Amino acid sequence: MPDHSRTAAAAAATLADAEAERGMARRALQMLVTIGVLPILLVTMIVVFGLIEPRFLAQDNILNILRQSTFLGIVAIGQMLVLITAGFDLSIGAIVALTSVVAATVMSSVLGDDGSGSALTAIVLGVGAGLLAGIVAGAVNGFGVAVLGVSPFIVTLGTSSIITGAALLETGGAPITGLPTDFVKVLGTDKLLGVPVVVYITAVIVLVMYAVLNRSRFGRYLYAIGGNEIASRLSGIRVGRNLMVVYILSGTFAAIAGLLLTARVGAGEPNLGASFALQSITAAVLGGVSLRGGEGKLGGVVFGALFIAMLSNGMNLIRVSSYWQSIALGALLVLAVVVDRARQRVRHTV
Amino acid sequence: MGDQRIASAGGQPPAEVALRLDGVTKRFPGVVALRDVSFDVRRGEVHILFGENGAGKSTLVNLIAGTYEPSEGSIELDGAQLRLTTPNEARQHGINAVFQEFSLVPTLSVAANIFLGREQLRGRQLDNKGMERQAHDILQDLGFEVDPRARVDRLSRSEQQMVEIAKALQGEPKILILDEPTASLTEREADVLFALVDRLKGEGVGIVYITHRMQEIHRIGDRITVLRDGTYIATVQAADADEDSLVGLMTGREVTSLYPQIRTSPGEELLALDGVTLARSPIAGVSINVRAGEVVGVAGLVGSGKGDLAEACFGMRSLKAGELRVRGRAVSKASPKTMLDHGVYYLPADRRVEGLVLPRSLRENISLASLTEPIFQRRGVMSRTRENAVVRRVVDQLQIRPPTLDRPIRNYSGGNQQKAMFARGMLRDPAVVVLNEPTTGVDVGARGDVYALIQEMCERGAGVLVVSSDLPEILNLCHRAYVVHRGVVRAELAGDGLTEDAVLANFFDD
Repeated sequence: MPDHSRTAAAAAATLADAEAERGMARRALQMLVTIGVLPILLVTMIVVFGLIEPRFLAQDNILNILRQSTFLGIVAIGQMLVLITAGFDLSIGAIVALTSVVAATVMSSVLGDDGSGSALTAIVLGVGAGLLAGIVAGAVNGFGVAVLGVSPFIVTLGTSSIITGAALLETGGAPITGLPTDFVKVLGTDKLLGVPVVVYITAVIVLVMYAVLNRSRFGRYLYAIGGNEIASRLSGIRVGRNLMVVYILSGTFAAIAGLLLTARVGAGEPNLGASFALQSITAAVLGGVSLRGGEGKLGGVVFGALFIAMLSNGMNLIRVSSYWQSIALGALLVLAVVVDRARQRVRHTV
Repeated sequence: MGDQRIASAGGQPPAEVALRLDGVTKRFPGVVALRDVSFDVRRGEVHILFGENGAGKSTLVNLIAGTYEPSEGSIELDGAQLRLTTPNEARQHGINAVFQEFSLVPTLSVAANIFLGREQLRGRQLDNKGMERQAHDILQDLGFEVDPRARVDRLSRSEQQMVEIAKALQGEPKILILDEPTASLTEREADVLFALVDRLKGEGVGIVYITHRMQEIHRIGDRITVLRDGTYIATVQAADADEDSLVGLMTGREVTSLYPQIRTSPGEELLALDGVTLARSPIAGVSINVRAGEVVGVAGLVGSGKGDLAEACFGMRSLKAGELRVRGRAVSKASPKTMLDHGVYYLPADRRVEGLVLPRSLRENISLASLTEPIFQRRGVMSRTRENAVVRRVVDQLQIRPPTLDRPIRNYSGGNQQKAMFARGMLRDPAVVVLNEPTTGVDVGARGDVYALIQEMCERGAGVLVVSSDLPEILNLCHRAYVVHRGVVRAELAGDGLTEDAVLANFFDD
């Protein structure tokens, strides 16, 4: 008899255990759905790199990572805007290179071969020309998508090739040197309170874009257009005009990143930013932006960019070859999309 | 419990049970979609599943069709336990399903779709000619007039529906699931389907049939099982069931009358189409108008062009001839934006495709069309506080459930989604509302709410245009109705002249 009851109790306990286990699994799944894989990846990476290479967590290196993440972060924000409208911008990297070449050409020609021109004029004109190049490139993309109705993938793939070709043609592939020293110093190397200037610039962009996405009508319309373009049109939203603005913004952000990178490397480089199209999409998707449009939070994208910058930095520190890094980034993009799909599936059934 | 139900279900000797579900529960993360439901289908029986959207009908048929596995309980086919993990396994056991979402490949031909996955070879090559011939025979035999060589994406929705049914009937099913199969069929096509259902019954196929339409229940149903909130409510004989008692079972409350008596006092003409001919549409030389304080119907068969008419009223179609007038003034360059600015609101026929921003929240969906209005702004900037307050008010007024403003709209039932579409329009306080099929995929309970909203808008002085394939809706709701036939207005009926016979007389060719 006592034996019997003990077995029953044990059975009940096992049953309760199984129930609890299932509850825990469900909670874990639910957590994954709400927060995504990014925080887990981020923590894992910090621990792993920190253990292998203590310098990874040194203050200097952390500032370094911050600086590196700003360039990608800025273009990823532009990419995110486009992704939210269910589009793509594959020309981001090409626009970065174009901006770099255009700005450097203008600056060095204003300054003159002997450096006698006004540095201030050179910087103002160079920055203006670089931004204009990005805006025009973005407008061309926007025209193709919003007015001609061509798929964003094709339009930006085409402009990407055109722009890259133009930048190489202009420079013959060689870097353009002779930039004003102040430009290189202030944007490239200066620090304010021990933090690189680019980090402040990026922070301002993030804050402004947060307000735009969450507090403005324009931001709301982007989500609506990506979620359902017909419904948006029937609600009186000017879809074409908003799409135009989105592609111009994406081009502008690419131009800003291009200017900052030019200052950092100290020359106009036609090969700058070649990996940005892939990396910006990876950062956005890791940050929870849906490739089907209509969904995505700015905070996630910022962390996505930070994550990729950390990964590159860590792999460099422990001397992973650039070939392997390329393989790792590609795998990461596919993984991020697979997880995104799984999350969507679970969310649909909930 | 199960025995008692079967005994109470009829006096005649119980026919052989083909499919039996016993104590089936289905849990999804966070919700129980189906709780301890028992259900059976006999050979040669049409068993109707009835319930509001979200009651668990879809989950139940998806369990039978092998899309999901039950969390608890068992499924038996011909007395043998079944464990289905994929729809393919279910098909191999003779359980075929026709869902509202078609399983056709749009770029392939009708014949290729019917034989998809079971292609026939001649030698080592596809026997395309042979399959086309057989597909032709199959379709002919079923009474469907569809060209087996046509690409599926070139077919109308009702033709696609027929191909889907033809495909499901291949491989001699024992159980056939039909999920609102007549939703896109004309009356005549539906008759062909009903004849087919009768024939399948005669061959001993057990049919699980989901519908909201009372006429169909009486026409082909044998037994009706009612579900509510994922639980089993009752199984009744179709012959004994009347609409009010079924709706009562479904909603758990008494329904006195579905259609309200709407007071009318027609005022000035608000919206008019005058001699309108549309591009890429049968509509030619059509004149209709809507005055303040009346409900005007537009009836017609699928393909008559009545839907195009609704779209034209909202500036979605370019006019080849004629004019669109608002309050007596011609609108040139009409677009949805200009029509909204003129005080017209349009409710699209397919809310998932044209109406809802599915990944976004209830709040964002409701406020979408009026964010430029002063109510949502504070000092020219969009105000989240105002938005919350305004949306909260209309959600409470329309009793949208659950009233969680930040829940994605795709997780709401069809009825609540439709209410959200009405809420979106009401925030604009429109002078004219154009409703294109306002109750498709809306369960009876929510339908009453939709009609009450139409009543309220009309009695507050708005002009309402109801374009509908649901004839009772036209007859019971409208003060006046146009019957459209092959692109022209065949009749305008009003008051006592608006009868079922009068409308039907103008539906078909002479």
